[in-house]
Amino acid sequence: MTTIESAADVAHRYDPVIGLETHVELGTASKMFCGCPTTFGAEPNTQVCPVCLGLPGSLPVANATAIESTIKIGLALHCDIASWCRFARKNYFYPDMPKDFQISQYDEPLCTDGHLDVVVDGRTFRVEIERVHLEEDTGKSLHVGGATGRIHGADHSLVDYNRAGIPLVEIVTRPVLGTGALAPEVGKAYVTELREVLRGLGVSDVRMEQGSLRCDVNLSLSPAGSGVLGTRSETKNVNSLRSVERAIRFEMGRQAELLDAGGRVVQETRHFHEDTGVTTPGRSKEEATDYRYFPEPDLVPLAPDAAWVERLRAGLPELPAARRARLAASLEASEFELGSMANAGVLELVAETVAAGAPAAEARNWWLGYLAQQANAAGVEPAELAITPAQVARVVALVADGTLSTGLARQAVDGVLETGSSVDEVVAARGLVRVSDVDALGAAVDAAIAAQPDVAEKVRGGKVAAAGALVGAVMKATRGQADAKVVRELVLSRLGAPG
Amino acid sequence: MSTELTTMTGAELGAAIAAGQTSAVEVTQAHLDRIAEVDGRVHAYLHVDTEGALAAARAVDSGDGPRGPLAGVPLALKDVIVTRGVPTTVGSRILEGWLPPYDATVTAKLKAAGIVILGKTNMDEFAMGSSTENSAYGPTRNPWDLDRVPGGSSGGSSAAVAAYTAPLSIGTDTGGSIRQPAAVTGLVGHKPTYGGVSRYGLVAFSSSLDQAGPFARTVLDTALLHEVMGGHDPRDSTSIDAPVPPVVAAARQGATGDLTGLRVGVVKEIAGGPGYEPGVEAATRDALARLEKLGATVHEVSCPSFTYALPAYYLIAPSECSSNLARFDAVRYGLRTGDDGVASLEEVMSLTRQAGFGAEVKRRIILGTYALSSGYYDAYYGSAQKVRTLIGRDFAAAFAHADVLVSPSTPTVAFRIGERADDPLAMYAADLCTLPASLAGIPAISVPSGLSEGLPVGLQVMAPALADDRCYRVAAALEADHGHPLTQEAPSL
Ligand SMILES: [Zn+2]
Repeated sequence: MTTIESAADVAHRYDPVIGLETHVELGTASKMFCGCPTTFGAEPNTQVCPVCLGLPGSLPVANATAIESTIKIGLALHCDIASWCRFARKNYFYPDMPKDFQISQYDEPLCTDGHLDVVVDGRTFRVEIERVHLEEDTGKSLHVGGATGRIHGADHSLVDYNRAGIPLVEIVTRPVLGTGALAPEVGKAYVTELREVLRGLGVSDVRMEQGSLRCDVNLSLSPAGSGVLGTRSETKNVNSLRSVERAIRFEMGRQAELLDAGGRVVQETRHFHEDTGVTTPGRSKEEATDYRYFPEPDLVPLAPDAAWVERLRAGLPELPAARRARLAASLEASEFELGSMANAGVLELVAETVAAGAPAAEARNWWLGYLAQQANAAGVEPAELAITPAQVARVVALVADGTLSTGLARQAVDGVLETGSSVDEVVAARGLVRVSDVDALGAAVDAAIAAQPDVAEKVRGGKVAAAGALVGAVMKATRGQADAKVVRELVLSRLGAPG
Repeated sequence: MSTELTTMTGAELGAAIAAGQTSAVEVTQAHLDRIAEVDGRVHAYLHVDTEGALAAARAVDSGDGPRGPLAGVPLALKDVIVTRGVPTTVGSRILEGWLPPYDATVTAKLKAAGIVILGKTNMDEFAMGSSTENSAYGPTRNPWDLDRVPGGSSGGSSAAVAAYTAPLSIGTDTGGSIRQPAAVTGLVGHKPTYGGVSRYGLVAFSSSLDQAGPFARTVLDTALLHEVMGGHDPRDSTSIDAPVPPVVAAARQGATGDLTGLRVGVVKEIAGGPGYEPGVEAATRDALARLEKLGATVHEVSCPSFTYALPAYYLIAPSECSSNLARFDAVRYGLRTGDDGVASLEEVMSLTRQAGFGAEVKRRIILGTYALSSGYYDAYYGSAQKVRTLIGRDFAAAFAHADVLVSPSTPTVAFRIGERADDPLAMYAADLCTLPASLAGIPAISVPSGLSEGLPVGLQVMAPALADDRCYRVAAALEADHGHPLTQEAPSL
């Protein structure tokens, strides 16, 4: 496998230019042009009708909620909203496209000329948005047999049209210049921030692993300082935040190596491989595809009423950047820490935990630490855990007043997660009370010393580190309820070792 | 009784059924018998739904079924309109054997009105043609002269009514496919305002032009059927959210024969001249004289852009068709050819389309694909759309001085089968007079204006958008003055 040069090294000789095309499946209850439901994961071909199957004679009717969501996205990205625009047909043959054309938008997108600011390493980069438009998703093909999993060479293909016709918003950036060695991070930060914006708007569940947020990454290199745009590659379906960063990094290295050797970059579609982090060329097309766009005659033009647009603008929720600025004060956190919390999907949870009375640092540690691990292990978002910010705040309070040790606090949280009961109920039911009474612990300490005389001897001889085994035994005997610090002091004093 | 039932109008049959003088089943059976007797020679029908028709008739007779002026009256439906569980081929091999899982809105409205659908009628494949010779299932013959075409593309629907195998039928009109067949078979045929009748379930040829409409032997029947099939449909975004124009009232008012104060404009560019048969010109002059006699004023208007209607139409319609017909790809329904387990998907698609589409359909797909290609779009599709705008302006200017505009419906009487089959341009000329109204989306009716050498000639009456009622009023007045063009007897066939 090729060793790829680091982005920093590439950036010495070349200016990377990135461009991102993001597809977002809207979370509308019904599809873009028919009444079929959009539930993810249903039995194949159960959420279909004459319209989304493209049966002869069927006609599309545009979903007003999807149009509204698209306008909201445009407004959140500071775009101009068209006062009049049309859908267009994008014509090409493919079995997962029921009509063999896709209803999309071409030269008259709903939203244009916006921007989204992202912060990387304390620097703010403005990513300009060229357009936001609305279209319909295709079905899903499964190519069976053959080595590549692609249609060519497959024995047969299965098509599921449940996804066909789900509203899809495409957000296209202008070329992003001036990111240098930070290009991979800026790319990732843009998609991250965009995801936050979309999540905040409530227009999509933005789950990259389920394909409701999908990303194509364009990259080109131009000789440093030349200002001449290079030829770009288009890497398709880069479907995790980390992959966005890796794909950009890989393409920077690959293109630099090509250019260094006097070669040239071919304009082509490439595929990103999650397992190896490498991109490979897609099937080369002998000729450029001509989609023969023309205005969709089955739909009337879209003419969003100015008053409606203003109502939507007024109703926009607070945008993530503004919210972070506001929370920065209340959470006593740096931009970097806010970014980590946002990325982990816990920012709101931390804020609510603080609002419920917990100190900011404690709230942050719980949500970014133990609770994030539990969510990860369960394969859910932290917000989906069966514990509320108020319950976390209660745990923090019980630790602060000495009722629970850190270990007991985790057991209390586990109990809440398992049973859904309140913190106090779990504490009571499981007897999670810290034992710090010296008399109560004395017997357990004596028993531990009696059980491990060789260890006790080592400690007496000055090997204080060995005391850990005795402390552990006591903790085990008291089922973790003992205060480890008190136990340690007791062990050392009984054995006459320095504390 | 049976012969008598097939010569009655839809209005008369509806009234007789409602009054209990006959039953829907009797009426339906009489028409089924007539189909069995003569359709072998006419070939108006691609599929006769005997069971379905009798069941629908029985439902009307039960008394619990739908009621209305046309309840129990039989109808022939063009095979471009989908019917749940009943074959819908669009005159093409590519949809042979397909059973639609849903009803078109028009189909549903017919059923709700108690109209009995006898079967599906022949047509030029995908409604592309003016003679019904482009059907993959063989041509339909004109009941007036079996060696001649019944017009097209709705030739099966016109022939069925002209042959008295149905009192009513439905066709679709993209560039003249109702008006031209109506003219050459001596019927009344109306193309409604674009958006006046739902296109949901009408297999698309050219989405921005297609419009379903009624055929009948009388203006009143045509209006009654229009009222049933028209109206807003939330399933069709281009359907107009307005009430159906008062076409039945207009037909009754026109039948009084009084057109006092009506301003009639004769469009110079499509009034006659080279390419128009003298007999057609004579019948048109005669119709104009009768309009004046009924109180109308007649004057000439000029619509210079109409000269470009034919080239504009033959860019727009094929462009839309090239996209609309892409879905016939052997994947989900219809014909599949060459799927031997070895051929690739592209090969199967290609072989299927090669085998499934006829020459005219292929010609238009190629034409449209070319016209939409990058680098040619502006010169072809773009220019055609500009012409369309200009035609609309010409109409607007003309309607400032005229309530209706008139022309011959088509330049000739029915031509002979095979006469134009190898000459697409001669075939396209049949639509010269009807294309402007199609491109402008305005309503237009063809009403019999007389005979030329024993064959019917039609007059086209055009009105502004949503003023369909004016077409009916003028047509009814002419009909009242002139009498029925067909003898009251059914053709002997
Ligand atoms: Zn659907």
